[in-house]
Amino acid sequence: MAGITGKDAVLTEYAHRLETLDAPKGRSLTQDAIRRLVRNKAAVLSVFVVGFIIIFAFAGPYFLPWTYDKIDWSGIRKPPNFEAGHYAGTDQNGRDMLARIMQGTQMSLIVAGVATLVSVIIGVIYGAVAGYFGGRVDAVMMRFVDIMYALPYILFVIILVVIFGRNPVLLFVGIGFLEWLTMARIVRGQTMSIKQREFVEAAKAGGAKPWTIIFRHIVPNLTGPVVIYATLTVPEIILTESFLSYLGLGVQEPQTSLGTLISFGAPVAETLPWMLIGPAVVLVSLLLCLTYIGDGLRDALDPKDR
Amino acid sequence: MFGYVTRRVLSAIPVALIAVTACFFILRLAPGGPFDGERALPPATLANLRAHYNLDLPLIQQYFIYVSRLLQGDFGPSMVYNDFTVAQMLWIGLPFTLTLGLSAFVIGTLVGLVAGALSAVNQNKWPDYLLVMIVVIGLVVPNFLMAAILQLVFGVYLNWVPAGGWQSGSIPHLVLPITVLVLPHAGRTARLMRGSMIEVLSTNYVRTAKSKGLGQRLILARHAIKPALLPVVSYLGPGLSYLLTGSLVVEQIFALPGIGRYFISAALNRDYGLVLGTTILYMFVILAVNLLVDILYAWLDPKVRYS
Repeated sequence: MAGITGKDAVLTEYAHRLETLDAPKGRSLTQDAIRRLVRNKAAVLSVFVVGFIIIFAFAGPYFLPWTYDKIDWSGIRKPPNFEAGHYAGTDQNGRDMLARIMQGTQMSLIVAGVATLVSVIIGVIYGAVAGYFGGRVDAVMMRFVDIMYALPYILFVIILVVIFGRNPVLLFVGIGFLEWLTMARIVRGQTMSIKQREFVEAAKAGGAKPWTIIFRHIVPNLTGPVVIYATLTVPEIILTESFLSYLGLGVQEPQTSLGTLISFGAPVAETLPWMLIGPAVVLVSLLLCLTYIGDGLRDALDPKDR
Repeated sequence: MFGYVTRRVLSAIPVALIAVTACFFILRLAPGGPFDGERALPPATLANLRAHYNLDLPLIQQYFIYVSRLLQGDFGPSMVYNDFTVAQMLWIGLPFTLTLGLSAFVIGTLVGLVAGALSAVNQNKWPDYLLVMIVVIGLVVPNFLMAAILQLVFGVYLNWVPAGGWQSGSIPHLVLPITVLVLPHAGRTARLMRGSMIEVLSTNYVRTAKSKGLGQRLILARHAIKPALLPVVSYLGPGLSYLLTGSLVVEQIFALPGIGRYFISAALNRDYGLVLGTTILYMFVILAVNLLVDILYAWLDPKVRYS
């Protein structure tokens, strides 16, 4: 069989050249995007900083002499003191600030991750369906979004918290369930313009079903706006969480989050500055880097902007 | 255009009604009530109180009483602050919140639009980098942190402006709270404007305009501004509701007597009348702005008007 077309010989040779890194390799869209991202220095630096913050938050506590909930009776409201092992001072209850910052960062990262994921999934599907089907479906779906928008969502969260108790996991999912509205609107707008493009028409002519068109042809083209908006959502969610904690509805003591730490630190910033500076620096650098990563991703994924 | 506006206004009415209904029932679904104090009330007193506020009637009947009163502009009594009706309290708080929120909204939108456009026109030159940096700072520093920093720096250390309070709306007292609200709003607006402006400036019709020799200003004024505004306009509605949520925190931090403070305490106290009142007021403001935004959108984009 072999040898009739010479195909096997050609392929074998090509495989051989691939192994010796000698062949022209095809580049996927993802590889292209990664290459562009790597060239963006601010984004690369940000990836490292975020990586560092993640390691700091999750591995850091194992290297500290104090845990986030342990009280040092000899060190209440003390500035940083290296001999006692309080590298970032202590709070009014004598708990080590550095350990609390690490725990708070952990909590904020988990909240942001879970809630963003939930809101992206709901928002993209909802928006794409509304935008693609249009007409009455769209009108009803978007009216619903309007109504949800018009309700101050803090009300829902308060009720969720009251009904289900103060379970952090539920809180994350709850915030995610309430943050998808803007995503849905943006996705809908994009979908409405994408669905009139030629490739969608081609897919329709080829007999693709609506759901296939939505998930295979429209959703991948939404990557740009979705990524950009998701990076806007992450800080939004960290803020929402801190807002709830500020009201006493978020993360409960002795656990903490960056927002809680800042809301405790802000009123005493004049006399106990280390209680504000530490969490503020971590939160701002985290949000700053997430923003830069988002921008870098946008430039990488959406070359038409360049 | 007239037909579109009429349709849009008419369709806002059921939305408002459904939202009021949802608020009413969701609030009542949550356990606990306004009279759960530290000390349990004697049953007879509790029964009288409940009868006084109609809480002993079936929920559906309470709902109809509430809606029919609401249509006459009566928000009912507050269940915790006995001396005031909800309408009176809202009437006291509203001017503060509106002054704060709307001035921040207008200033923030204008600043954001100008900054975004400037930054797009000067793409990858120093004004762009500078503006992008300011925008990013406005975006990433949370409002309560920004408020604390500004209070500390300008209120305490430099002592330029008061760190809190209202003082019958004197301008120096408004500077810090409005700045705190403006920064993130302007930041988001500028970011969107920059993105869409860059996109518009790279379209074929702008290139055509350039190649027939039109000056930069004319291209911007005639061809670029209007389409570039679309994404920004569609952000204004959500932008306002973020801003109002932000004003809850800002009113708290700067000790301003707006309705945001009532909302928080009322929600925690289960003061049904007051929570519903504030919620409905916020809701109407947001619905009204969304309506305006939709009309503006239709004016900017003929495709929307005729679909």
